Amino acid sequence: MAVLLHAHTRLIVQGITGREGTFHAKAAQAYHTNVVGGVTPGKGGTTHEGWPVFNTVADAVKDTGATASVIFVPPPFAADAIMEAADAGVALVVCITEGIPVVDMLKALTFLKDHPATRLIGPNCPGIISPGKGKAGIIPSNICKEGRIGIVSKSGTLTYEAIDQLTHLGLGQSTCIGIGGDPLIGTSHIDALELFQRDPDTDAVIMIGEIGGSAEEEAAAWIRQHFKKPMVAFIAGQTAPQGRRMGHAGAIISGGKGTAAEKMAALTAAGVRVVKSPADMGQALLEALRRGVAGR
Amino acid sequence: MKIHEYQAKAILAKYGVPVPRGEVAFTPEEVHDIAKRLGGPISVVKAQIHAGGRGKAGGVKLARSGSEAETIARELLGKTLVTYQTGPGGQKVSRLFVEEGPAIERELYLGLVLDRSSKRIVLMVSNEGGVEIEKVAEQTPEKIHKVFVNPAVGLQPFEAQRLADALGLAGDSVKKGVKMMLALYHTFIATDASILEINPLVVTKSGDLLALDAKMNFDDNALFRHADIRELRDISEEDPLEVEASKFSLNYIRLDGTIGCMVNGAGLAMATMDIIKLSGGEPANFLDVGGGASAEQIKNAFRILMMDKNVKAVLINIFGGILRCDVLAAGVIAAVKDLGVTVPIVIRMKGTNVEEGKQMLAASGLNFATADTMGEAADKVVALAGGR
Repeated sequence: MAVLLHAHTRLIVQGITGREGTFHAKAAQAYHTNVVGGVTPGKGGTTHEGWPVFNTVADAVKDTGATASVIFVPPPFAADAIMEAADAGVALVVCITEGIPVVDMLKALTFLKDHPATRLIGPNCPGIISPGKGKAGIIPSNICKEGRIGIVSKSGTLTYEAIDQLTHLGLGQSTCIGIGGDPLIGTSHIDALELFQRDPDTDAVIMIGEIGGSAEEEAAAWIRQHFKKPMVAFIAGQTAPQGRRMGHAGAIISGGKGTAAEKMAALTAAGVRVVKSPADMGQALLEALRRGVAGR
Repeated sequence: MKIHEYQAKAILAKYGVPVPRGEVAFTPEEVHDIAKRLGGPISVVKAQIHAGGRGKAGGVKLARSGSEAETIARELLGKTLVTYQTGPGGQKVSRLFVEEGPAIERELYLGLVLDRSSKRIVLMVSNEGGVEIEKVAEQTPEKIHKVFVNPAVGLQPFEAQRLADALGLAGDSVKKGVKMMLALYHTFIATDASILEINPLVVTKSGDLLALDAKMNFDDNALFRHADIRELRDISEEDPLEVEASKFSLNYIRLDGTIGCMVNGAGLAMATMDIIKLSGGEPANFLDVGGGASAEQIKNAFRILMMDKNVKAVLINIFGGILRCDVLAAGVIAAVKDLGVTVPIVIRMKGTNVEEGKQMLAASGLNFATADTMGEAADKVVALAGGR
């Protein structure tokens, strides 16, 4: 079994009639995923590419029994879409949308506290893929290989880089989780590591972090106490200047805090094999696997 | 997005936060007139640049008369101020803010910012006003008092009261402090601010509270719903190449190395800078062309990269997954031909039809090298840029 996605996952797409929504609904359907419909307000009752379209997530859940949703809704409406999915009882909500205002996410995350059964992945993320089992998001399946390595990452294309390196070394992946590069996100590095810790089909993990905030330092403290599997980490932004937002809204060193050096030191101290070069993630994981947990 | 102090104070005044009287000026004559109009015994002439630390750098001066204010203005206008926040190049002064100088009893600090760990807005205050708050936080964190605001209900009066007590406010000043803090929190949320800092917040001899300085930054993602704030942008404070890039939704940040980078995705773009440095080179920029990397975006990106005369070689690192590399190669070849790019270019691309893409680049007769991995690409581009 993989984490988050299962054989009984029934996925809907919020924003299914848009270009991105349509493209990735088809890609998910073609990759072992049971896509059961979509939501576009005002287009309820119609069909799109063979899928039933609903006005609300509640209607979609009632009619299709959806358990998961992936959101391709423009930024001004995306936080509302997240809350709507949680309110309808969707267990797994993956928000791909980039550019949601912080104030909107503050509201959405507060709202989610009243819906503890819902897990939010993202926003501003590539979503998740469990190679050979299914996907919810935009991670390209052609670079993946079925296997036993987990990946958790703040960055989209850097996740692809890690997957590609592993696949070339013959190491498949159990689940890859893009948690997103925004300052406020639903699932943290620690949340993802907890899932991998419990997953009997994940042997080792690559964690990819970025400058900004203290999520990696918090993860390091948690790993030291709780994480029992071999692990490799890379932190992007070792050469980033202070006070500049490096593309992702969350990737900024401010007041001398959130530097790559601090994060790398904390993870190293927790026994994680930290690589300086992004080109070394796969090879380091292979070596960490050979050494086993004792080597950490 | 950043704005000037005088603009921030105008916003604060609108939301009921007390600020000193003052006006913005662009010429020494205007400064003279404003100082006279304000009429008090002392007026303050303040350089308006998008950086803190102006006082120490000589950008804030006191004047006792209109003519003294004018003399100060002649000295400051056109001057380049170098503060700990501007970088060594400094920032040219082209606007001044002239303000009445209040009789100050005490200087305090107040700041509002997002706390990512608790997922709440944190309101911070300290008795150590007027100094670099980063230093206070580092050396004496117990002197900073905080409230983590519940987003569902916003800042509550009892929380503001607690902070007023911690600041040692007494009598009428307590009520004034609570009112001011509630107004500042409201301003922060209503304007989608990302930072709101009052340093110093002063208590006057008469027991009033005033925002003597004001720094406001805004959440770029929320600017779509604030047309009035968008108008406050002063592009003369920004790097011209960054301004140009922002017109095409390109995420570009200028650095001082020699290797131009063009990458899709922010994390991979940072990682590409990192690996260039590890290979012994220096990145000239951060550039995220976005997920799709369309021909149009590639061309705009090249145009901006080539405006930086320090660039000696370019590394293109595109990981598309489902992106077609032959289409990407065609876009790159067209852009290089159209723009007459002459510096060597190393391309590392991942996606479908990689081999066709590589053949097209090789057959183009242009100055391209290709690489399969990030490590190989970085080594090649560093060598082409002139090595270590």
